[in-house]
Amino acid sequence: MTVVQTTPSAQAGPSDGLLTRVSDTLWRRPTLLLLILLTPPALWLGIIYLGSLFALLLQSFFSIDHFTGLINHEVTLATYAELFTPANFDIIRRTVGMATIVTLASAVIAFPIAYYAARYAKGAWRALFYLGIMMPLWSSYLVKVYAWKLILAKEGILTWIFEGLHLTWLLDAYLALPVIGGNSLSVSPTGTFLVFVYVWLPYMVLPIQAALERVPGSMLEASGDLGATPAQTFRHVLLPLALPGVIAGSIFTFSLTLGDYIIPQIIGTSRLFIGQAVYQHQGIAGNIPLAAAFAVVPIVIMGVYLWIAKRMGAFDAL
Amino acid sequence: MHSDRASLKLKIAAAAGLLFLHLPIALIFVYAFTTEEKSFQWPPPGYTLKWFAATWNRPDVWEAMALSLKVAAISTLLAMILGTLCAAAVSRTKFFGRESISLLVILPIALPGVVTGIALRSAFSIAEVPFSTWTIVLGHATFCVVIVYNNAVARFRRTSGSLIEASMDLGANLFQTLRHVILPNIATALVVGGMLAFALSFDEVIVTTFTAGQQQTLPIWMLEELVRPRERPVTNVVAMVVVLVTLLPILGAYYLTRGTEAVAGQGK
Repeated sequence: MTVVQTTPSAQAGPSDGLLTRVSDTLWRRPTLLLLILLTPPALWLGIIYLGSLFALLLQSFFSIDHFTGLINHEVTLATYAELFTPANFDIIRRTVGMATIVTLASAVIAFPIAYYAARYAKGAWRALFYLGIMMPLWSSYLVKVYAWKLILAKEGILTWIFEGLHLTWLLDAYLALPVIGGNSLSVSPTGTFLVFVYVWLPYMVLPIQAALERVPGSMLEASGDLGATPAQTFRHVLLPLALPGVIAGSIFTFSLTLGDYIIPQIIGTSRLFIGQAVYQHQGIAGNIPLAAAFAVVPIVIMGVYLWIAKRMGAFDAL
Repeated sequence: MHSDRASLKLKIAAAAGLLFLHLPIALIFVYAFTTEEKSFQWPPPGYTLKWFAATWNRPDVWEAMALSLKVAAISTLLAMILGTLCAAAVSRTKFFGRESISLLVILPIALPGVVTGIALRSAFSIAEVPFSTWTIVLGHATFCVVIVYNNAVARFRRTSGSLIEASMDLGANLFQTLRHVILPNIATALVVGGMLAFALSFDEVIVTTFTAGQQQTLPIWMLEELVRPRERPVTNVVAMVVVLVTLLPILGAYYLTRGTEAVAGQGK
């Protein structure tokens, strides 16, 4: 770029003189070009997005007067303290717990799909696998949730299958269990869990697949040749190499579960998750400071999570 | 594990996983034809086409669909402009704060949607901006930028810088180079990014609930029906149509990105 210094305008006609002059200036001053390229997106994201986030953060340091319902604009940590009342802390614990088991379950289900797609799927199968993961990923979120409402309904297909297998007693026994059971699957925490796993699963498959594709087949063969059983190869060779992919995927499943408020609202018990708490406090209750404080919780959790993930090298697998 | 054939266990696990991903969506297609009105009864007692006609005659569905298409179109356009500019800046040069720009672009989808939603909502109320199509667009464009950005950055990286230099050395000015060299090279990446951004915006509900006010996009219409069902068969039909509508951009994006690994000037 520095070697050739002839004027680029040498062959341009006189009619486009202005354009050429502008072009010359930009070429000679890359900083100016950079500035022109960057200003619109930086302004958009900086003002609209960061500005909004900052305003939100600010509000979480205000508090609400519980008698008048007005917002008290004095900086205080009282709203954050409210997060630790038993009822509110329960919401946070429930959400984080759900996000954890959803992430673990997604990883277990996603691994075989990703492994097969990365190592064995060839040609047309490969394309089929790719579309097989991309299509559910991009299908409408609400339609997916709706599909599960159909599946888990008392008169739905799952009950029908259990009846057909003469296993209704098993389903009933399961639903009778405390904590995970409920009146029917669609109003039980198990239902919420199933839908979360279903909806976020493709986000787990893709990064694991990307990580596995970088594992050379010869390495697995070497492990086998040196006498490792398939289980040992998996435990000591494949899993450590795939771990960054798993962690990258877990960032999605964890973050998406933390912030979702629609799935637990449609399928599950009436007990709240963080997202629902945010929505309700800003909406009906008009308690913006508490809603803001609740919204900061997933930000902080994800901040810590990303920091750990970065240290484990997860971002190279994205 | 060391052979070229997958073990039976792995095959079963992978197939089961894929079935788990696809059967629920397939179910939607069956339910769109059911004669049952009041419940989600399985198996359907009978099959009919009348709900397609009923849905066709529902003005609220058409209005929601029109708003969704409009929002998705404008947001996609904005995201394509902003995302491409950003990708061009980040991939062509190294500058101070380059990493923070990438982070800034990714942040709107890295943070939970509910955070983006309430942040925008509270900003609108502070700035006293009334809800309109544009408040929805504002939110959607913000998280669509990253989709276009990711696709464009990947393509810019593969497009050799020497192509641009060659064009300039041969006497083309910056705009001619843009028109005849850069744009043809990144065109498919932009179209793919745009299609995916469109699909994302068309489907988005979490941020939209905070920025829409009383307006109904199609996902918000669906959400209403899910929370307070009015006419279940119509919801079934709309669900099926939504699956088909979002499928098109995805298949298109796949078709266009097939075999784009080899781009002119690559490897230099």
